[in-house]
Amino acid sequence: MSANAWALLLQALWETLYMVAASGSLSFLLGIPLGILLYITRPGRISENHLANTCLASIVNAGRSIPFIILMVAIIPLTRLLTGTSIGTTAAIVPLTIAAIPFVARIAEGALNEVPLGLVEAAQSMGASPFQIVVRVLLPEARPGLINGMTIISVTLVSYSAMAGAIGGGGLGDLGIRYGYQRFDGAIMLATVIVLIALVQLIQAAGDRMQRFYDKNQ
Amino acid sequence: MIELKQLTKTFVSDGGNVTALNNVSLYVPRGKIYGVIGSSGAGKSTLIRCVNLLETPSSGAVIVDGQDLMQLSKKALRQARHTMGMIFQHFNLLSSRTVFDNIALPLKLTEQSKVAIEATVAPLLTLTGLEDKRNHYPTQLSGGQKQRVAIARALASKPQVLLCDEATSALDPQTTSSILALLKDINRKLKITILMITHEMDVVKSICDQVAILSQGKLVEENTVEEFFVNPKTALARKFVRSATHEKPVSEIEHHLKQKPISGSRPVVRITFVGDTTNDPLITQTARACNVDFVVLQADIESVGNKRLGFLMVEILGDEQATKTALEYLKARLKVEVLGYVC
Repeated sequence: MSANAWALLLQALWETLYMVAASGSLSFLLGIPLGILLYITRPGRISENHLANTCLASIVNAGRSIPFIILMVAIIPLTRLLTGTSIGTTAAIVPLTIAAIPFVARIAEGALNEVPLGLVEAAQSMGASPFQIVVRVLLPEARPGLINGMTIISVTLVSYSAMAGAIGGGGLGDLGIRYGYQRFDGAIMLATVIVLIALVQLIQAAGDRMQRFYDKNQ
Repeated sequence: MIELKQLTKTFVSDGGNVTALNNVSLYVPRGKIYGVIGSSGAGKSTLIRCVNLLETPSSGAVIVDGQDLMQLSKKALRQARHTMGMIFQHFNLLSSRTVFDNIALPLKLTEQSKVAIEATVAPLLTLTGLEDKRNHYPTQLSGGQKQRVAIARALASKPQVLLCDEATSALDPQTTSSILALLKDINRKLKITILMITHEMDVVKSICDQVAILSQGKLVEENTVEEFFVNPKTALARKFVRSATHEKPVSEIEHHLKQKPISGSRPVVRITFVGDTTNDPLITQTARACNVDFVVLQADIESVGNKRLGFLMVEILGDEQATKTALEYLKARLKVEVLGYVC
C-alpha cells in the first residue's frame, strides 16, 4: 500500500471515530432520558401515564422502522438547519444520531425493566420521589445493562457510519466502497475491513470491561 | 400508633374483581409487636402494603401516629413515609451499593450531610452486627445478613414504625430466630412499634405481643398472643396454634375416637397448662389422688411471650368412677378438653 493509501486510511478512521463518538454521545444523551420516560410512564410504574406512553412508544417505533439510508436522505432539511450543510462528516452525525435515539431508548427501557420492582417499592417505602427513584435506584441498578446496550449501539453506529458515504460523510465504509469496490483496489478493501474489525473488537472489549466493573452481581 | 379503619381493597381487572381486604379494622398500640397471620392469599401482603400506601385502599382509613395518610398530598405522604421503615421477604437491597451505602440510602433521600450519615449508619452497623461487612456488596452476603442490612436501612430514618412483610419467610429456621431476636431487641431498645405479617406461627409465638388472623380478606380473630394460644376461638386459630405446638392434627387419631363413652371406653383429653401450672406435678398428683393412670399420646411445652404453655394429650385409664373423678380433679385446676373416647 502506498503512503497515499495509508493517509487515506488514517483520514477515514478519524472520520469514522468522529462520527461514531459524536452521534453515540448525542444519542445516549437524548435516548436514555427517552427510555426512562418510556419506562416510568408504563402502566403500574412510578409515573404511569397511558397517553404519554402510547405517544412516545409510537414515535420510537416509527423511528426504528425507517431504513437508515432513507432516513439520511429524508431528513436533509433538518441536517441543513442544524449544521448549515447537508453533506460532509459533520452533516452525517445528524442522521446517525436521529437513527440511534429510538434504539437507545428501547435498549435503555429494557435495561430498566431488568431492575427488580421490589427495589422501586423499597425506595417508595422510604419516601423517595419519582425523580429520586430514577436517579438513586433505577439508573445505578441498571448501569451494567445500560453499558451493555450502549456498546451494542456503538458497534451498530460503526456499521451505519459506513453508509454515510452516500451524503459525502467519508469514513472507513466510504473508503472501502470508493477504492476497494469502485476502483478494484483489493489492498485498501482488505485494510478497511481489518481496521473495522479491530475497531469493533476494541469497542466491545471496552464495553465488557466497563460492564464488569459496575456489575456487582458477579 | 397504627390504626386501620374498615379497610377494603378490591383489585379490578378484566377477569373480574378480587376483594383482597374486606372491611378490616385493627389497632396496633405504640411500642407493641403486632403479628398478622394467615395462609397464602389471605390478603396479608395487601394489608401491610396499605399501611404505608404502597397499595391504595379502595375505602377506609389508615391512621399512623395520628395522621390520616389517605388525606395527605403526595409530598406529605413521602414525608410520612420517612417515619415508617419497611422490610421485605426478598430484602430488596440495591446490588450496586455497598452495605454502608444501602443503609445510608434513606438519609441520602433527605439530603443529609456525610457527617450525619456516618453518625447514623455506624451505630446501626453495630446494632445489626454488620461492622465487618461495611464495604461488602449484597451478593457477598448470606440471606440473614442481607435481612440485617435491610433492617438497618429501615431504621436509618429513625422511624416510629417498622413494617415487616414476611421478613423471615426466605430464611432458614436458625437465621429466622436470630432475625426475630434482632427485631425484638430493636423493639425494646428503640421503642419502635412493629407490625409484621407472616404465615409462620413460630414467628408470632416468639416475639409478638398481639396477633390477628386474616382469612380471605377478613380479620377473623384478634387477641393477645397468650390468650390466642390458650383460648383460640375459631377453628382456624386452633389450627394455627396446633401448628406452632407441633401437635398432630386431631384428625389423625380421630378415626379411633368415638364421640360418646361406652362401657369400658377410656377418655382422650387435651390438657393446657398455662404459666406456673407447667411447673406443678399435676398429672402424677391426679393419678395418686384419683387412682387412675395416664397414657401420654402427645406432649409439648412452649414459651409464648414471657409465659410457658404446655399441651398434653392423654388417655385416662381407670374404672368409670375414678376416671370421672380424675377429669373433675383436672378440670378444677387446668383447661381440659375431652376429645373423645377409645375402647
